This record gives sequence, structure tokens and C-alpha cells, in this order.
Amino acid sequence: MEVELTHYLVLSGILFAIGLFGALTKQNVIGILMCIEIMLNAANIAVVAFSRYLVPDTVLLTGHVFALFVIVVAAAEAAVGLAIVITLYRNRATVDAEEMDSMKG
Amino acid sequence: MGADIAFWIFAVIAVIAALGVVAQRNLFRAALLLVLSFFAVAGIYGSLSADFMAVAQVLVYMGAISVLIIFGVMLTKDVQRGNSFNRAWPSALVVCAALMGLLVFVFIDTDWNTDMVQTGATIAEDKPTTSAIADAIFDKDAGFLLPLEIGAALILAAVIGAIALVKDK
Repeated sequence: MEVELTHYLVLSGILFAIGLFGALTKQNVIGILMCIEIMLNAANIAVVAFSRYLVPDTVLLTGHVFALFVIVVAAAEAAVGLAIVITLYRNRATVDAEEMDSMKG
Repeated sequence: MGADIAFWIFAVIAVIAALGVVAQRNLFRAALLLVLSFFAVAGIYGSLSADFMAVAQVLVYMGAISVLIIFGVMLTKDVQRGNSFNRAWPSALVVCAALMGLLVFVFIDTDWNTDMVQTGATIAEDKPTTSAIADAIFDKDAGFLLPLEIGAALILAAVIGAIALVKDK
């Protein structure tokens, strides 16, 4: 079977749903961060696949540029997110998302 | 043909590794499976002939972000069985399965109009994308210079913020 744009998009959708399920259900904050990275990867696959199949001109690589910016933002997010997790762990001695409820009304 | 085989191999690896990240109780093993998933996504970029994206994926995700995450795992406790689900997981499973079904249905059902661009001839001819990406970013008229500068400022702010967050009071 010839691999088409649809195959990449379906792969992207499956990975996104897996990451979303993990991000919604994980108790450990670091586990949630990992699942968010999976979701960002899934979106990147879709963007690069669109760039290849809908605009196959090698001069117009806007999709690649967008995916690169997503990688930049993901790197910044991982750095700040893990710094917040480590600070929370130092102050509360837990990484359980359900116990971090001090802002609950 | 070779790219098709590579796509199927890397797609299966990516999905299985992502499922493992979600299902694995041991958080450290989940982090290692996440690295495997990143690697498979880099292979997917390779099968899309996006060479620069594949290299950036290996360098940034497998090199930097995975090390950050493994540091985070090591610096906190409950590594052995700290990756369990919360009470809402059955409803979340239903919602995510429904979302996945909807996404897959829409992706398959939509006519993506790939016939408009002459597939085959243009796509088969693969060139290196690095200089083309540089041209796309640094083009004077339609480039991405301002987003690039904002991205640089964002990285700087993130580094300073991370240092400020974790330093001793």
C-alpha cells in the first residue's frame, strides 16, 4: 500500500490521542509533561506531512519552519516545567498532581 | 518503496512506545520509552524527506529534552511505581478514544486535494532542506525574522526563569 498524506495524519491523530489520555490521567507531574511532549510531536508530524504533500515545492518550507518553532517552544516549556516541578517537590515533597491543590477554593 | 517500509516500521515503533509511556508504571522506564518514541518520530521525519527536522528532533528531543526529563525523574521520588492513573481514567479513556476515532475519520474522509500539485515527479525528487529552511526563515519579505527573534527571547526568558525558580532563596 502506497503511503500517502492520510497515513501520516492518522499516525499523528493516534499519537495525539495517546498523549492526551496520558496527560489527562497521569498522577505524576513528570508523566504529564512526557505525555505533553508526545502530543507536540504528533502535531509536528502533521505539520511536516502537510508541508510535504500539499506544498511539495522545496522552496516553500513553511511547515518545516512552523515545526521548528514548535520544537523551540517545547524546549522552553520542558525547561520551565521541570524547574516548577522540582521547586514544588522541594516545598511539598510530592510530585502527585492530585496533592497540589493549595489553590483550590 | 523504501520510505514506505520505513514509515510502517517507525509508525509502529512510535505508537507502541507512546502506549508504553502511558501504561508503564515505572517512571524511569517510561522516560526511556519516550526517548524511543522521539527516535521513531525522527525516523518519520526521515521518511518525509525532512532531513533537517530529523536532525533537529534527534538533537533537541533525544539529546536535550530527554536528559531534562530523566533528571527530573531522578530528582524526585516514587520512581518505581509513581506513574499510576488517577480515578478519572475510564471516562478519559472514553473521551480520548472518541477523539481519536473522530480525528481518524476526518483525516480519512477529507479529500486532501493532493492531486492538484503534481505528486510523484515533484515529491520523488528529494533535495536537502537545510538551505531551503534557512531561505524560508531569513527571507526579507515573507520570512520569519520577528518570530525567530521572539523565539530567542523566549528561550532566554525560559533559561532565566528556570534558574530563578530552582535557586536557593
